[in-house]
Amino acid sequence: MSTAFATIDELRTALDSGKSSVVEIVTDCIERAEASQDSIHAFIGLRAAGAIDDAKRADARRASGEVLSPLDGIPVAIKDNMVQAGEPTTCASRILEGFVSPYTATAVERLERAGAIIIGRTNMDEFAMGSSTEHSHFGPTRNPWDLTRTPGGSSGGSAAAVAAGIVPAALGSDTGGSIRQPAAFCGVVGMKPTYGRVSRWGLVAFASSLDQIGAFARTARDCAEVIEVIAGHDHRDSTSIPAPVPHYAESFHGDLNGVTLGIPTEYFEAEGVDSDVLESVRAAIGQFEKAGAKTVEVSLPHTRYAIATYYLIANAEASSNLARFDGVRYGHRSRDANGLTQMYRKTRSEGFGTEVQRRIVLGTYVLSAGYYDAYYRKAQQVRTLVRSDFERAFETCDALVTPTSPEVAFAFGDKTDDPLTMYLSDIYTASANLAGIPGVSIPCGRVGGLPVGLQLLGKPLDETTPLRVADAYQRATDHHLHHAGSSE
Amino acid sequence: MSHINRSQIDRVAELARLSLSDEEADRLSIELDSFLGYVETLNELNTEGIVPTSHPIPLSTPMRDDLPEPPIDPELAIRNAPESAGSAFVVPKVIDSESL
Repeated sequence: MSTAFATIDELRTALDSGKSSVVEIVTDCIERAEASQDSIHAFIGLRAAGAIDDAKRADARRASGEVLSPLDGIPVAIKDNMVQAGEPTTCASRILEGFVSPYTATAVERLERAGAIIIGRTNMDEFAMGSSTEHSHFGPTRNPWDLTRTPGGSSGGSAAAVAAGIVPAALGSDTGGSIRQPAAFCGVVGMKPTYGRVSRWGLVAFASSLDQIGAFARTARDCAEVIEVIAGHDHRDSTSIPAPVPHYAESFHGDLNGVTLGIPTEYFEAEGVDSDVLESVRAAIGQFEKAGAKTVEVSLPHTRYAIATYYLIANAEASSNLARFDGVRYGHRSRDANGLTQMYRKTRSEGFGTEVQRRIVLGTYVLSAGYYDAYYRKAQQVRTLVRSDFERAFETCDALVTPTSPEVAFAFGDKTDDPLTMYLSDIYTASANLAGIPGVSIPCGRVGGLPVGLQLLGKPLDETTPLRVADAYQRATDHHLHHAGSSE
Repeated sequence: MSHINRSQIDRVAELARLSLSDEEADRLSIELDSFLGYVETLNELNTEGIVPTSHPIPLSTPMRDDLPEPPIDPELAIRNAPESAGSAFVVPKVIDSESL
């Protein structure tokens, strides 16, 4: 069988029936990845030899009747900000030049233990700072639907790898929308679980109170399977939540009877939103109602303050987290410096790209003496108000429905001149990070040939409801079956 | 409104251990200014008495058994150093230097 664009479910069926071996699937996958590097550039590095070795072991297990998990033998790509022992991690930055990790991130280790085959590391905005994957030291990733457009970001390589049919699933990280927005731009499913649901151990920190690892896949069902494997308590991350992880698919009934969906007024009235995007989302809401869901209007009155709050907190935390890159223990060191302080300063300015240095400057300023209360503390207080908005909204509904992004994939260079316009593309996604709640983006149509994403937000620790709604929608519609290059 | 002058950018660059060219410093002072102008919208909100959120999901500090685990092999850890000697990281001389 052709394994391009196959779902996890389809690959597993092929493995179970003996139609394909893991080695065949992984070889195909790596060939596709290599063949698409010149056009799409989804990967920073491929693990060709290691992945084939892992695949041989998976085939041997299967031959002896041992299957580790539903993901055993399934190829998965990981964003290049999660470490795997013996492999490089770059965060798409020059500053991590030459770094090879001595240990493995918990999320990646759980995939390995489940038998999934890690095939490579995907491209991203440097240190996950960006919404277009244009800010990568290794050059941008292109959107498989239209190579003149960005795939979104910062997990643009992971989204594009799934959208181009290279892998059935990939891991990403989401600090302000970095999984959901590229999922929307690339027409795939992308979920950010509740903050603390997936361990951040081994994820290079950007903004520690916002960062969360999640997954991309072609269907809600596949996405749920990957989340199920990587989620769960980990004592190595003190913000990891000690709660059991449900078997999500048990709640996928097909119908939405008994589910109440909230429609946040502010999200549909926001400035600069493409009216065709809103129309696609409204049509999907009609579909949810047809499946049995009730809908209610809700208000999230502090929405217009979310982006300012988000960028204050994210940049402040980033400036602190990125202090560790100093040219002493790993990565790039300037060869052209006298004395320790100059070595630090030259190393960092040579190693970090423009956007990262911009954010370090913004973050350092707002945390500096005399400004902390006016900016960082103020933002944390508004964060409380944003959280309370969601708490109140969830008193009358089980999940919220919104567009994922105000527009479809934008062209290269469209937003790089003015950083603020780039920041505003996170308007629908950043609030969920501030509140810590889970969110999934699913494709719900196309505008001008480009995918539109719909976002479902759930209560803290309730990934089930957004995934259940997404699954019911995909049973009734075929938007997720279209892919870049497919005929109508 | 202008919040930022060049000497403030130089001070921030020093705190952040960055080495900026004149051109970069000038551009960043404009960008920082525009960012601070934008985030001023938060001042429309009265946040007196509002408890700041430092962490989105309330959790108490988790406790666990204090069991030793094998640490990262020091040899592996030092392998990533740009410059090392034995099991030590080598840095530019810091004593009797003005760079402190």
